[in-house]
Formats: sequence, structure tokens, C-alpha cells
Amino acid sequence: MNGLLKFITCGSVDDGKSTLIGHLLYDAKLIYADQEEALKMDSKVGSRGGAIDYSLLLDGLLAEREQGITIDVAYRYFTTDNRSFICADTPGHEEYTRNMACGASFADLAIILVDAKQGVLIQTKRHARICALMGIRYFVFAVNKMDLINYDEEKFNAIVAQIEELKKNLGLANVQIIPVSATEGDNITNPSTNFTWYQGPTLLHHLENVDIQAATADESGFYLPVQRVCRPNHEFRGFSGQIEHGTIHVGDVVKSLPSGEEAHVKSILVVDHEEQEAGEGQPVTIQLDREVDVSRGCVLESGSGLQTADAFQTELLWMDDSELTVGKNFIIKLGTKSIPGIVTKIDHKIDINTGEFQNADVLKKNEIAVCEIAVTEPIILDEFKKHRTAGELILIDRISHMTSACGIVTKVGGDGAKKVLHADRQMRSALNWQLPYVIEFRPGQDGTELATISEAEYNLVRAGRHTYLYQPEAGEHYARTVKALSDAGIIVLLVLDADAEVNTKLSSESNYKTWSSIARGIAEPTSQQISAAVFERTNANVTLDSNNWVI
Amino acid sequence: MSNLSHLDALEAEAIYIIREVAAEFEHPVMLYSIGKDSSVMLHLALKAFYPEKPPFPFLHVNTTWKFHEMIKFRDEQAAKYGLNMLEWKNEEGIKAGINPFEHGSSYTDIMKTQALKQALTKYGFDAAFGGGRRDEEKSRAKERIFSFRNSAQAWDPKNQRPEMWKLYNTEINQGESVRVFPISNWTEKDIWQYIQREKIDIVPLYFADERPCIERDGNLIMVDDDRIVEKLNLKPEDIQHKKIRFRTLGCYPLTGGIESEATTLDEIINETLGAVESERTSRVIDKDGGAGSMERRKREGYF
Repeated sequence: MNGLLKFITCGSVDDGKSTLIGHLLYDAKLIYADQEEALKMDSKVGSRGGAIDYSLLLDGLLAEREQGITIDVAYRYFTTDNRSFICADTPGHEEYTRNMACGASFADLAIILVDAKQGVLIQTKRHARICALMGIRYFVFAVNKMDLINYDEEKFNAIVAQIEELKKNLGLANVQIIPVSATEGDNITNPSTNFTWYQGPTLLHHLENVDIQAATADESGFYLPVQRVCRPNHEFRGFSGQIEHGTIHVGDVVKSLPSGEEAHVKSILVVDHEEQEAGEGQPVTIQLDREVDVSRGCVLESGSGLQTADAFQTELLWMDDSELTVGKNFIIKLGTKSIPGIVTKIDHKIDINTGEFQNADVLKKNEIAVCEIAVTEPIILDEFKKHRTAGELILIDRISHMTSACGIVTKVGGDGAKKVLHADRQMRSALNWQLPYVIEFRPGQDGTELATISEAEYNLVRAGRHTYLYQPEAGEHYARTVKALSDAGIIVLLVLDADAEVNTKLSSESNYKTWSSIARGIAEPTSQQISAAVFERTNANVTLDSNNWVI
Repeated sequence: MSNLSHLDALEAEAIYIIREVAAEFEHPVMLYSIGKDSSVMLHLALKAFYPEKPPFPFLHVNTTWKFHEMIKFRDEQAAKYGLNMLEWKNEEGIKAGINPFEHGSSYTDIMKTQALKQALTKYGFDAAFGGGRRDEEKSRAKERIFSFRNSAQAWDPKNQRPEMWKLYNTEINQGESVRVFPISNWTEKDIWQYIQREKIDIVPLYFADERPCIERDGNLIMVDDDRIVEKLNLKPEDIQHKKIRFRTLGCYPLTGGIESEATTLDEIINETLGAVESERTSRVIDKDGGAGSMERRKREGYF
């Protein structure tokens, strides 16, 4: 039995994708009896007027059934005697391209449908390009509706020529072209009896037998992006994550990035079993033999050649309804790291139809472009073609939180980007005329009281400072919020309960101060004294008069 | 792609997802419905954080019509693993006497959907794990693994966030939340094979045994307590004793059993592989309302 095959079906609208997969499942008797019954019932109101409409097996959403189209990806699971399959049936409409891209990110192989009456369309090219972008390396072009062109070999050959050209333009390897009819069942599971000039495999036969090489086969070294730190007690401190490439043994030396510190592997848990060795794809928790700086977003590696950079070039698919303009801010997610970043330049966009590079200041939904991105601190990454997982990223809109774009790293580092990047925090800081310190207060312990801190904040705001008095709830993980406020250039007055634990990651930042360290020995400060001290600390150039006005 | 077996790959995917949620959200919770999928989810959560305990509580929404054996099993599991097991009942619904016999689909809405929403709001959970699988039902087949819910906890199927690779978008605003489905890509067969491989405890109702039951609308409904006897005015001769088991577990008056001789996992797996009906047919709830009924409920906040 061959291993699991994840594939998607795509192509333009009305090329018959859902019908193709529906027929495949039906022929192979892969649908359950009650689904078959529901299908027959549904078909009575479906778009084929009584005859079985195979697409109804897959189009599950109400709007899809009503409109007779596919809006979102449907996942189907089936097993034949020779292989297990997960199939993502994706929408053909341009409007829903992003849903098609989701399916593509998940698949090893793409079946791209081509309507025999229409040949290769722009949407066919778009889908092939997105599949290639997302890293798919195996393609089947199913030339569908052969029955509607009377199984004409010449017409088929003309389409083959179009596909060959597309294959050349996109640099696709491993391409199989099969003439089929999804409604009539030609070459789906059984060789067609309607024409004999095609001698190649049926669709199912090809899917069952195609040899898929691991996409990571050419990668080097070992790397593990850290998802979280596992710390059940004082004795145990492990780093959990999934091994993205390579193997690791107890005793091996690994390096923690970005700090660069090295340590030996003390123990390996493969999920919950202690092992001497672990390999690609396994979820592990690794303990090291000494204390090194490792947290979520760090990467443990050896010999991988992964890089550290705060700027990179990416080829991305823009998926948001709003336009992308240069200078827009995002949350970038790459591996297990989420970090603020900015699109500093659109190098060029790529014409879906011709593949030509075009200059662009903005990107519209479903456009593909090469862009430069800068992030606020160095992250661990690599070119997608060298290390897949380290080169995949998404851009999240900071307000709507929509996943606005997905892309792959095409070049690490960049020039021009750095200046804009580092101006970011400094610029906010300069514009606000203040240094965004986080000042920790411990009412009842460091001589302060909540009421006076609150009044001090009022003084500060009145004096033109952008501050935020933040009092986390008991047990709240406040570090991220405080960090975000601080990154936004705001002075944070962090009020902690007497017994609250200090977040060591936060407190080790250079802009983090405790009240005691800036109190200049004042035992029980008034609100005026607090605001004056904070004011002074957060701005080197100006001081306050007795009325809290800037001198 | 690596050389992991099919089950190992599914396990790795689920564990990655569970760890992502624990790392990125402030107040996650794992929904625990006591069924076999919940047993698998609990097992995955225990494995994902080992040697730490799962760093989140578990929540059981109790409609008060669950099989008695389910509640017993839940309490045993919570004690065995030292879990923080929360239980939520819709007290207003109980006061109003809402029951599955007289209130049809509004029963599901009030005692399950509304109860769930109440609990999630009350505790302020920002991420809730569910055991939904894409092979169960057509609208589930379309749902993302990280499924965004607005502040009214509603799902917008036409505007789902794209989900690429395993880069899950965990960004939400105050009051919004996500439902997370780590075993989206598992099939019923995978679940059973994993239960067997990992020796996971499941409620005994999954194994065939002689049980008192009645036939109702073509379903074999178990007589789990006297309430059904009263509601349906059952006479002793109405109640048959048949060797039945359950493919899914829910509220006993809404869950049809199947006649079966399967008393071991091997026998269950054999029956499942040869199954001619997909498992949700034995849940009366899905047929109610015709095609699209599950999607409608999900849009209103159902899991």
C-alpha cells in the first residue's frame, strides 16, 4: 500500500471539479449508503434535474447548493485498496481564490481541470501559479468534458500544447495530462470505452501509483521551531515543538537561535516517551544540559544553515479585500514567531496571464507580487526552497486580524528596508516626544498607592505624555499586552499585585524599570513626585514645573 | 512530508495545534463531551504537554439528558488524571422544563448551543477546543481548523480566514474567540484505530451489550431512566432487551443504538470498516431540518 496522498482539485468555475471528485467517490463505492440516499434526494432539486448530480456530494454550504458553485474548500477522506487520500476540493471563482490557496498549501499534488471546450483559461493559469507558489510539485491536468467535444483527439492535442507552454512558463515538473469526462465517467476509475486513442493511466490509477518524494528531501541539518517551554516543576525545563527537518540524538550539540548559544541535548521526549533519537515530523520536548535563552519563536538547530535577519524578500499572494500599499503594518507569522512588520517595497507584481513583471504601488485582491518586508527584530528564517517551514509566512492585518496575504521567502536580508524598520519605534518615540518606558509599581510594597499612581498618570497625560496605566488581573499573562503598548510608543505604568510574579522576559528589556529604581529614595511619593520622576525618565530634554507644565 | 505512519502524522498535527493554542491564547478550554472523540482529544492533550498537565480546564455542557454511564465515566476520568473539569447546565432551560421530547430542535438550541455560549461567556474563554471532524458532516468538511467566532459567537462560513500551511492565525479582539478542531482530518476509522493503539478508555456504551430499548422513528432508543417512560407513557411490554451499541454518544433520547455483537475494539473496527451508513445517521439531530441544518446551528453558535 502506498502512503497517504493529499491532493487538491482546482481550475476555473464550471470545469466540473466537484463532479469529478463526486464521481470518483461514487464509482469507487467510497460513499456511505446514507450519503448516497441524501444525494439522490438532493439531486431532485439539483442542477441536473433528476439525474445524479455528483457535485452535491461535496458542496456542503447552503449558499453553495443554492448557487450551484463551490465557495470554500471541502475536505474528503477516502481509501482504496492501494492508497489513502485526503482530497481538498477548491472553488473555481476568482473571488474565492484565497480559499483555493488554503487547499493548495496543504496538498502534495494538484489536479487542475481544464474544460475541453474552452482550453486553458486565465483562471487555470492563476491556479497553476498559486499551486507552484505554495510548493506543490506534482500536477495532473484533467482535460474534462471530453464528451462535449466528441472525444476529438486533435482538439485534445491543441489543449495539450497549451498546457505544455504553461508547464514551461511556471517550471512545473511531474505533469500528467489525462482526457476525462466527469459526468460520463471516462478515464476516472475505468479506461474510457468511448475513445481508444488515449493509452495512458486513468485518473484513479495515476493517483494510486504516483510516487511522491518528500518535499523536504533536499533540505539540510536539523531544526525545531520552539512552540512553548514546558516547565512543570523546578527540575524540568523542556522545549516543545515539531522537528521540521533532520534527526536529533541525546548528547548532540544544538544551537539556540537567535541567541547563538550552544548546549547538549540532555533528553528527548517523543510526545510522552523518552527516546534516544527523534526525527522529522515528530512532536518532541527537548531538555538541554545547561541554561540557554530559549522561548517561543526561537529555533533549536544544528547544521541547517538557517539565517537570522530583520528583512527579507517574499513572493506573496494578496488575499484581502482592501488593497496593499507600501508602508502598511502587519503582524507577520513565520514558524512559531509572530512579529510586527512592514511592507517596505513592492518590487513588482506578476501578471497572472503572461508571467510578466509589472511595476506596482498597490496590490489588489488575488494578485501575486514580489515584495520587501522588514520586521521589528531579527527572526529565524530561510529561503522556502532551502527550508520550507522556515520560508512560509502569513501577513495578518493589525486591525481586522484577517489573514491578508500568504507568501514564501525568496531572499533573506535586504537593503533600504532597515532604515524604515528601525525608524519605526524610534519614530513613534520621537513623534510622541517621549521614551516608551515600562515602569513597574508594587503598591503597598514600594511605597506607592494605586490612587497616587492613577493621579500621577493624570498629571502625565495633562503634560502631553502618552501613557497607559495597566493593572493585570491575577494570573493574567500580561507580557504581550505590555510589550505591544510599549512597541506602540506608549509609556506603560504597570501596576502589579504584591505577590505577582515578574515576567523575566519583559523585565530584562532595557526599557523596563521598577519604580524603586527611579524613586530617588523617596519613601512615600506623592502623585506629583511620581509624575515628575516618570516624566523625567521618559524624556531627556524637558522637565516639568510645579504645575506639571512643560518648561 | 516525513516517514511517519498515517496515525503518527495525524497525532503530530493535532499535538502541534493543541500546543499552538496553549502558547498563544490567554484562556483556552477543551470541550469535553465524553464521547470517543473527546477521549481521543483528552489523550492528545495529556500527551502534548507531558510531563506537565494540560494547562487549561475541560468543560462539559450537560443537557441533563446524557446517559448515566457517560457522567460516571466523566467523573472517573477527571479523578484519574486530576483534571479541572467544569460542568455547565442551562439553569433557565431546566426551570422551563425544556426536554428533547416536547421541544424538538429548540431543545438542542437551548440546552446545548445556548448553554455552551453561556459557559464560554461566563468564564471568558478565548479559545475552545472541539472534537469535530471533517468527515462527519458536509458543513464541517468546510470549516477551518482555527474557526473564528465574532463577539456573538457566530460563525460566518462565507468569510472564513484563509488558513495556510500550519501558520494558524490566532489574533482576536476582546470578546471574540476561536473554536479549534485539532482532529479535523481524522476519520472515524482513524479514531478507532488510535483508541486501540493507545489503549484509550472509552465509555462502555460503545461496546455491544444487552440494553433496554424502544423503537422510535426507526431508531433504537435506550431506556436509560424513568423520564422517558413517563414522557412517552411506555408500558413494560414496549421495552425490548436487545444487544446494542452506540456509534456516537449524546443525549440518550436522541441517540440511536445499533444492533451489534461487537464487544471488542477489533470487532468494532471490523464493523466500522464495513459500515454502510455514516455515523451521524444515528443522531436524530442532523436530519431535523433537512440539508444544511448543521450549518444553520453552527452559524448560531453550536459546536
